[in-house]
Order: sequence, then structure tokens, then C-alpha cells
Amino acid sequence: MEFLVATAIGAMTAAGVYLVLRARTFPVIIGLTLLTYATNLFLFATGRLAVNLPPVISADAAAYTDPLPQALVLTAIVISFGMTAVIVVMSLRAYLETGNDHVDLPGDASPEAREDDWKLLGRKQGEPAARAAAGLEERA
Amino acid sequence: MNHWLILPILMPAILGAVLVIAARHDIVLSRVFSVLSAGLLLAVALVLLAMASDGSVRVYALGNWVAPFGIVLVLDRLAALMLVLTATLGLGVLLYAINGWDERGKHFHPLFQFQLMGLNGAFLTGDFFNLFVFFEILLIASYGLMVHGGGGLRVKAGVQYVVTNLVGSSLFLIAVGLIYSVTGTLNMADLALKVPQVPAGDQALLQTGAVLLLLVFGVKAALVPLHFWLPGTYANAPGPVAALFAIMTKVGAYSIIRLYVLAFGADAGDAAWLAAPWLLPAGLLTLVLGMTGVLAARSLGQMASFAVIGSMGMLLATVAVFTPQAMSAALFYLLHSTLGAGALFLIADMVAERRGMHRDRLTQAPRFAQGALIAGLFFAAAIAVAGMPPLSGFLGKLLVLDSVRSHPQAAWFWTLILATSLLAVVGFARGGSLVFWKSHALEAPPPATLRAAPALPFVAVGGLLAGLVALTVLAGPVHAWLDLVAAQLFAPAGYIEAVLGAAGGVR
Repeated sequence: MEFLVATAIGAMTAAGVYLVLRARTFPVIIGLTLLTYATNLFLFATGRLAVNLPPVISADAAAYTDPLPQALVLTAIVISFGMTAVIVVMSLRAYLETGNDHVDLPGDASPEAREDDWKLLGRKQGEPAARAAAGLEERA
Repeated sequence: MNHWLILPILMPAILGAVLVIAARHDIVLSRVFSVLSAGLLLAVALVLLAMASDGSVRVYALGNWVAPFGIVLVLDRLAALMLVLTATLGLGVLLYAINGWDERGKHFHPLFQFQLMGLNGAFLTGDFFNLFVFFEILLIASYGLMVHGGGGLRVKAGVQYVVTNLVGSSLFLIAVGLIYSVTGTLNMADLALKVPQVPAGDQALLQTGAVLLLLVFGVKAALVPLHFWLPGTYANAPGPVAALFAIMTKVGAYSIIRLYVLAFGADAGDAAWLAAPWLLPAGLLTLVLGMTGVLAARSLGQMASFAVIGSMGMLLATVAVFTPQAMSAALFYLLHSTLGAGALFLIADMVAERRGMHRDRLTQAPRFAQGALIAGLFFAAAIAVAGMPPLSGFLGKLLVLDSVRSHPQAAWFWTLILATSLLAVVGFARGGSLVFWKSHALEAPPPATLRAAPALPFVAVGGLLAGLVALTVLAGPVHAWLDLVAAQLFAPAGYIEAVLGAAGGVR
């Protein structure tokens, strides 16, 4: 079981880090989500892995598992859920206001990347963002 | 139990909720309550400062749970000092913001209150998972404040800021998990007792966790190479928000001071002074990079951002010496640089408001309203931040230079601090002359907008600068008091005993 959990944490962290380093907001958000999953699993494992042991005191329990990491994970899940919601809304807003979903600030992005953006959106450079928003609603 | 300790967290929390529910449509009501609360917060912080001045450590057990199991708030001199600094800066920034910035988006005042709540909580807590929670509170409020007023560029910079901090939060949790897995505690005082007992086989895990935690605090404190998010964020944030963020980097510095003196200090066995070999070179590098950035900046906002990075470098390099004398010098510089950076961001915003499309960029533009007065304020703030006499920046640098005299790396400190001072002076002189003096060379009509400007922003900036002047005039007593703060920090037995009881708590 240790091997399985460790592999899962490692795989999710690696995938998460790779995706966070991408240039567009959607993969970055997915990457952040994977990273928080890996973190939560890791936190859970810090109380040592145990099977079929109760976390709360009971009369007929032979041994206990550490309840504290479970409480920490719960807190971490709630916080990361809220944070993911925040970043999704902010990236959507950034997309609607600037017309592209690049993470870079305009000064940092290469011209190719920016041109690529406009092609992807199927509209010409400088077209107002309002129409892109309308397009988004139509698609939805 | 002393209930004063919970007030700096409870007051903004309640008021923030009240503002959202009851006053969100009435900007005047929001302003009145918000300013009133910030003033009250300053009063409470001063009361706490007076309490902490007697040298005892006060503990507030939340829900009355005993220390290593429950979460505690701890008030010592350092925490009280940070509370007063936060409240002072908060009040100044709020006075500036209620002149119109707060109307440009929604929910400025509630977010501001939650931000203060998170900051106060981070300074008071004695439990490092709780520290994580308060970090998240202050961060989520700061995400809202950062994009206040909207605009494509700002939201985009906001996304970068959020992503950076979410990765930082994940790292924080991993570090907390690593430390918990080998010590079995989350309480800082208890951790200080457990760290020396960690067996040699678990040292690698413990020290990895501790260095990861340093990395997280380094992200908050904008330590090179983790500083990259700061210029984009601060330069694109609304002016008053950037000024408030001047205290956010200090949260990172505070956490480093707290944890690495208390738990990984002299008594930590194999992990003693764990942070020093990493923090010292990184701090000096941060100083050089920040001040070079001041020289290379393209706008006043960027210039102020890089000045913040530089001052954090100086602060953290001095902290990394880990002697009481250096710590007291570092704390003096912390007080000074927070107020100075806050004032500088507000002045940059004043300039940006008045120059139309030129904003605060370092370009030649026609004269603007109240140019002479703002130029004078900029001059004073720049002198302070660059560390020239007669203001407190100079005294801070003098104290730092004096305190590292017997350190093996003293030559590096002296060379880099003096050289970067020159860089900062040249950078600010260039910026100031371009923005303020060269505008007179243009044959443009005098500014048409010579209407009477509202006095409040000037009061706010003047107040922060007055704080710097007070810090200069009262440098003697303040420094003597900071010596006591450092002495208390470097005698962690008092802190541990206060939190866990004389017997070392329930074993």
C-alpha cells in the first residue's frame, strides 16, 4: 500500500508541476488542482498508513490511527476548493477582459504566442472583448 | 484569560461581515465604519503593546483547550510590535483609499477588514497549521483587493499572483506535514521542545520540511529567487492596495524570525540555525537585485516594488546573522521600510492619477496639479527608502552595519549595503528628476486641473512620513525597546513556558 500511495502522490505532483508551468490558464488550473490532490494525500499519509483502525477512542479498539492529519486534510480540502473557485473566476475574467488566456503579462509574451491566441479565438487582433464574451455565451 | 488578545482578529472579522451584509450599498456608511474600526484596531494594538512591554508572554487558548492540543494565540513583544505596525499602515492606507479608490470596485472595505484580520491572526498565532489558515485568509482577501477596480492587465497580474501563492500554499502544507510526521506536533512552542529530540534517522525529513517552510516564507517575503511575482503584482495593483501589501512581505519575514529562532535556534541540536546558511546569501542577493531594479525601473510603481524587494533583502540578510543585536537592527529597519514603502506606493499613485495617459511611467510629461507638493513628498520618501540622512532609513542602515561588524561575512555586508545605497540614490534621483523636474522644460500650458485637491490623500501620505520622522526622532528609545524584543526572542524558554506551563505542558 505504501508503494501505491507514494506512486500516486509522485505521479500527481509531477503532472501538477508540469501543468502549472504551461502558458495558458486552463492547464495551469488543472495543474494546481492535481497539486492540491497530491498535497492532501501526502498530508493524510503523514499520520502513517493504517487499515481498519478507528481514529476516535472506543472500548474495543486494539490500536488507533492518527486523527489529526485527517482534520488537517479536511481543512486543506475546504481551502483549496475555495481557492480553485477564485482562480477559475479570475482567469475567466482575465480572458474576457484581454481576449486571450495566456498567463504571461502582455509585455512578457512572445509575439508568436500572442498571434497564436488571436488565431485560436477565430477573430482579428484588436477586436473588442465584448464580442468574445458573447461568443462564449453562445457556445455555452 | 486575557480576552484582549482575540480582539485584533475578532473586530475586523465581525466588522467585515457587517459591512458585506448591511453597508454594501452605502459607501459613506462603509467608510465611517471602516475608518472607525481601523482606528479602534490601532488603539487595541497600542493597548496590547503596553501589555507586552512588561516582558511577560500572554497566551490565549482558543476554546480553552490546553496548549499542545488546542490552538493558542501568543502575545509577546514582537507580535505586539507587528500588530501596531499593521494597524498604523492600515489606517494610513484606508484614509488614502476612502478618497475615491474604494468606489472603483465592489467590496473594498470588507476585503480590507478581512485582510487586516488575516494579518493580525498570522502575527498572533502560536500554531503553525493555524498560521497556514491565517495566511490563506490574508491571501484570499488580497486576491480580491489586488484586482479591485478591474482592468485586463490588473486581472492578468492577479492571476499570476494567485497561481504563485497557491503553489506556495501547497508547499506550505507539504512542509507542515513533513514536520508533523517526525515531531507529532503543530504547536510552535511544543515544536521547539520536540526538535532537539528528533532521532538522527528522521533528521533528513525534519530538515527538508524546515527548509521547504523557509521556501514558502521566502515566496511571501520576495526572497531571490522567489521574488519574481512581486514587481508585476505590486506595480499593477491599485496604489493603496500596493501600499497595504508593504506589510505582506513582512509577514514572511516575521514567520522566518519566529520559527527559525524559536524552533530551529540554538537549542535545536542537529538542526540548529538551520535557516542561516540559506538566508544570508539569498538575502544579500535580494538586496543587490532589488536596488538594481530601482535603477532599471520604468515607472514609479515598479521603482517602489523593487525598493520593497531590496529592503526585504537587507532585512532578511540581517536576520540571518541571528544575533540579538542584529535582530534589533533588522526590526528597526522593518518598521522603517514598511512605512517608507507604503508612503512611496501612495505617492506613485498620486502621480499616476494626475498625469493622464502617462500614468506613473518615467517619461517626460506636462506639469500636473500640485506637482511641487507631491515632488516634495516624493523627495522625502525617496530619501527615507534609499537610506540617506537625515531620515530613519539612514539610522536603520547604520544600526545594521554596526551590528554585523564582528560577523565573518561583514565585508560582504558592508560592501553590498553601501554599494546598493548608491544604486538606490541614483535610481530615485533619476525617477524624480524625470517625473517632476523635466516636466517644467516642456512648453505646455500650466495644468488645467488646478482645482482644489482633496486634502485626505495628503494627510494619509503625510501621516506615514510623519511616522518615519517620529521613528528618526525617537530612534534612541525605539532602539532600546527593540533590544528588549530581540532579547525576548533569543530567550525562547519564557515563550515555551508561557505556552506549555512550567512543567513543559501535558506530556
